Amino acid sequence: MQYKSQAVAMPYFIAAIGLFVGQIIFGLIMGLQYVVGDFLFPEIPFNVARMVHTNLLIVWLLFGFMGAAYYLVPEETETELYSPKLALILFWVFLVAGALTVLGYLFVPYATLAQATGNDLLATMGREFLEQPLPTKLGIVVVALAFLFNISMTMLKGRKTAISMVLLLGLWGLAIFFLFSFYNPHNLVKDKFYWWFVVHLWVEGVWELILAALLAFVLIKVTGVDREVIEKWLYVIITLALVTGIIGTGHHYYWIGAPEYWQWWGSIFSALEPIPFFAMTVFAFNMVNRRRREHPNKAAVLWALGTGVMAFLGAGVWGFLHTLAPVNFYTHGTQITAAHGHMAFYGAYVMVVITIISYAMPLLRGRAANSEKAQVLEMWSFWLMTIAMVFITLFLTAAGILQVWLQRVSDTPMSFMTAQDQVALFYWMREWAGVVFFIGLLTYLASFFVKGEAKAVAS
Amino acid sequence: MNTASATALTPAPPAAQYRLAGDLAIWIFILAELLAFGVFFSAYAFTRAHHVELFDAEQRALHRDVGALNTALLLTASYFVVRAVQAAERFAARASSHWLLGAMVCGAGFIVLKLFEYGAAFDQGVSLSSSPFHMFYLSLTFFHFMHVILGMVILAALWFGARAGRYQPGDMNGMETGAAYWHMVDLVWLILFPLVYVIH
Repeated sequence: MQYKSQAVAMPYFIAAIGLFVGQIIFGLIMGLQYVVGDFLFPEIPFNVARMVHTNLLIVWLLFGFMGAAYYLVPEETETELYSPKLALILFWVFLVAGALTVLGYLFVPYATLAQATGNDLLATMGREFLEQPLPTKLGIVVVALAFLFNISMTMLKGRKTAISMVLLLGLWGLAIFFLFSFYNPHNLVKDKFYWWFVVHLWVEGVWELILAALLAFVLIKVTGVDREVIEKWLYVIITLALVTGIIGTGHHYYWIGAPEYWQWWGSIFSALEPIPFFAMTVFAFNMVNRRRREHPNKAAVLWALGTGVMAFLGAGVWGFLHTLAPVNFYTHGTQITAAHGHMAFYGAYVMVVITIISYAMPLLRGRAANSEKAQVLEMWSFWLMTIAMVFITLFLTAAGILQVWLQRVSDTPMSFMTAQDQVALFYWMREWAGVVFFIGLLTYLASFFVKGEAKAVAS
Repeated sequence: MNTASATALTPAPPAAQYRLAGDLAIWIFILAELLAFGVFFSAYAFTRAHHVELFDAEQRALHRDVGALNTALLLTASYFVVRAVQAAERFAARASSHWLLGAMVCGAGFIVLKLFEYGAAFDQGVSLSSSPFHMFYLSLTFFHFMHVILGMVILAALWFGARAGRYQPGDMNGMETGAAYWHMVDLVWLILFPLVYVIH
């Protein structure tokens, strides 16, 4: 750690990992509810488990992004953070608000929660992933703005690098696009438009900038390749990501009541969305192959390479699988979507956050890298979680193909619930793969507590 | 990577001279652009096969002579860019900037003609939803139009650079990178024009 104020990243990383554990527990509960419908009913109904699973994911990734920014920006700008105290205050505000929201989901019926939190004043609740009550949404905006103020002020007084500029652009975009969540028109078509302006332009737009910047930062550190080379790649990747991702929003407009030409625009541009992810994979491997030093933190290098591969597979390949309008006509809203969602979120965003945690955490704890023993355990967790996720994705894909066939293609189409019964075997297998993922996650946690001879801090 | 680009040249220069003109990154970008247009062109061909008569009739309503004039403008611009690169390679920075200015005038001519063409089309009720052909006509030409504008921005940057004497033998990377992008814009039009305006 080169700057004292980078230390504020630590609580953010710890909270991120803690909420990650919560997310997976609720994933397991919900996965079981797919096959044992009344499991934990009425205490935790399926819709609540789902909401907690997805909301915790978003919140912990945001913790991860913020922690990453607090770690990365001082080092890139070569100056201390503008206000470490503000960063710590925001940490507690965000954590308490997040915890209260989840407790609200769990202990108050959603309609009552909506009534109690002023949803009648400004209706923003009820949309998938954006279920948060109004005070939480306002809290997110306040925290995001104060965070951006802190980061931007740091940037203004320090060195400006391409990596930190791209990161900042992504973070500002994240905050700005979230504002669409406050507009919830009665017209269902418009409602879907604004909803996608948040959801899609986050994960297939500005978050990709954050992802690329974090990956580039870690690659510079662990490979020692020239900054100019890495920055050139960064520019190419973000341009491709924005051109394909922004117009690619059209792949959500096929069946919502938008004009027909979106089926062409959406298909063509989103079919190209794998390209930036492919470039990212090539970039990661290319840089590691051209490395000028052997960084002692092998685990971080593994996570960085894994991010490239899994983001390409999950976001690129599994996205392409159902992005063309004639295919999507049959597959939209099926388990194919769930398969893509799982591997894309894991491969792109979960893995990049773990990459930066894996790189930064030892440094925050005063050593260049963890002991050999701890790293071996961490690599075990990498393989357990990653392989488990591959299987979750494959089982969901199988379930999805079967579902599409039984429910939408066959001459005697089944009803939704009858088709669900037919694919139960795949849900069981997915649940077991989920258990393996959870074991991988526990292994990851354990790796933080393994002692052993640590590598000294590199100068 | 360097060797691949020179395989079509005869006679092959000695291995040590194999060199990719411009930056590797711009070539990755150009390939991605060509892929995007390629997919769009294939979609056009596929749809045309299903609506041959409609496409024929509506293609005839386009201003083919304006399109031909635009083709000439873009080709001339590309020629001027080639002269600009050659000028910079023999230390003639001033001449280089003049050639670039000429290329930009041609590009601006393209943009003006295209705007008149769009104006006339919109007056006749052409829109993205008025017919499958119109959807492709507007999408393809507008997507290309945006590329011409970006190309103009790049040419302007080269022009400033050339006036500042930034490009000379041994230091041609920036100039070649920008020139390669402009040629891509030209190349796409050379496929787009016959495909949309001419071939029935």
